[in-house]
Amino acid sequence: MSGNGHHENGGPLPPGIKLPIYMDNHATTPMDSRVLQAMLPYFTEKFGNAASRNHQFGWEAEAAVETAREQVAKLIGATAKEIIFTSGATESDNLAIKGVAEMYREKGNHIITAVTEHKAVLDTCKRLEKYGYKVTYLPVKADGLVDLDQLKAAMTDKTILVSIMAANNEIGVLQPLEEIGKLCRERGIFLHSDAVQALGKVPLDVNKMNIDMASLTGHKLYGPKGCGALYVRRRNPRVQLSAMIDGGGHERGMRSGTLNVPGIVGFGKACEISMNEMAEESRRVGALRDRLKQKLTAELDEVFINGTMDHRLPGNLNISFLYVEGESLLMGINDIAVSSGSACTSATLEPSYVLKSLGLGDDVAHSSIRFGIGRFNTEAEVDYVAGRLVEVVKKLRELSPLYEMVKEGIDLTKIQWQAESH
Amino acid sequence: MAYSDKVLDHYTNPRNVGTLDKSSTDVGTGLVGAPECGDVMRLQIKVNPQTHVIEDAKFKTFGCGSAIASSSLATEWIQGRTVDDALKISNTDIVKELALPPVKIHCSVLAEDAIRAAINDWKKKHPEAQPAPADAKAIG
Repeated sequence: MSGNGHHENGGPLPPGIKLPIYMDNHATTPMDSRVLQAMLPYFTEKFGNAASRNHQFGWEAEAAVETAREQVAKLIGATAKEIIFTSGATESDNLAIKGVAEMYREKGNHIITAVTEHKAVLDTCKRLEKYGYKVTYLPVKADGLVDLDQLKAAMTDKTILVSIMAANNEIGVLQPLEEIGKLCRERGIFLHSDAVQALGKVPLDVNKMNIDMASLTGHKLYGPKGCGALYVRRRNPRVQLSAMIDGGGHERGMRSGTLNVPGIVGFGKACEISMNEMAEESRRVGALRDRLKQKLTAELDEVFINGTMDHRLPGNLNISFLYVEGESLLMGINDIAVSSGSACTSATLEPSYVLKSLGLGDDVAHSSIRFGIGRFNTEAEVDYVAGRLVEVVKKLRELSPLYEMVKEGIDLTKIQWQAESH
Repeated sequence: MAYSDKVLDHYTNPRNVGTLDKSSTDVGTGLVGAPECGDVMRLQIKVNPQTHVIEDAKFKTFGCGSAIASSSLATEWIQGRTVDDALKISNTDIVKELALPPVKIHCSVLAEDAIRAAINDWKKKHPEAQPAPADAKAIG
């Protein structure tokens, strides 16, 4: 078996291929060079503190931050004053959920979220449970989407917040935010959405969707790491938040701390680029994703797409190559950067909770690979990746007792496996 | 995670991949692990009925690279040994040889289990041979 790929085995690489290939754009994205160019002056000559009100350096920094605030706001249909800059989406999720929970404690103590949310939302909710809040974790349907009837049924007079993500980071499915927003608005419940994966990839409109808070970050849309934002609605209705970080009263008192001016400038520039290019880019990236899916499903049997293809980020493909374990697959395609939902690839040694929540067996999660196609991937890369995947999956299936048994017509569910507890 | 050179070698060039006729009286088959746990090993041995020497061993493994390497190594080690001698192979020998990190120790345990399960299966077909020790059950 070849674990090394064509390049080390003597065969020439196809034109346009430079290894390793990055196809893990849900984890992070490379920064667009236009973003870097916009940021550079703010590290050196334009280094001022945006909170310095009495000199040129401060004014320059403040003006740059306000431009960025408008660029970020525009991408989600908000106004500049509704954007609170943070260190990233994890902080934004914490601020939104804990901030509302504390501020509206007298109104109610119930929060609704979904089992497929990011840990930044789930673990924040878990912490609030320790302080007496009640949290409903909605299941999702087999397609990965929240059931609106279940959401409606979960709402009570004590519900102060619904937190549902825009796009899932593993399976890329897009939750029906417009319908969810409508339900929340009817009941006077705030809607928070972790929108990091959706931002700049699919249209988001906080007014059309009735979103009251949205967590955003720069590094998922070709901007810098360490800079995010929370959109906080200012009218109809106005959302008030208890601050999590106290200090100099920056960001309208909701998030103190000297602003990361270069990061904010870069985040703003990244949003501006996405605003201008999203329509064309999503078509192009979607076509690459469809090409990858077509090639893999045409050349391999026993593959399973996780999550609905009908409501999905254009760049996401999450696919299980049944009877092949994910980590061994990653090992075989070590010239390609992707992720797996296999237990062996996670810090907790548990298979992906997102895939498990779709009602799939753990074995399907163990066999899953997440592809995240982005702005800088090419058709030649997709073809190379598809070819390598097909090659390695076939080789590992020659090694797989499960694949052999299934091909012999054995029903694996009828076998009494000696499940150990490790 | 970085893999040791030996794990990479067994993963890249697995030894003794294949299938023996499990209905043959000279063949013992061990199938251990579970798909939900992310690893299943099938190890088969062909034993000389006179000498009880393992003359051939084959494996197939669904699992991570360390699981593949552990079972590949196991097939190398047991060939040429008598079944009783093969039972002396312990998972710690495999850990040492492959330089497995702590999170991968269960892969070596599974490989030891697979050896024992295959030998037990063969011994069931050969009641005249010594029974396997009581603790040699399939899963530790």
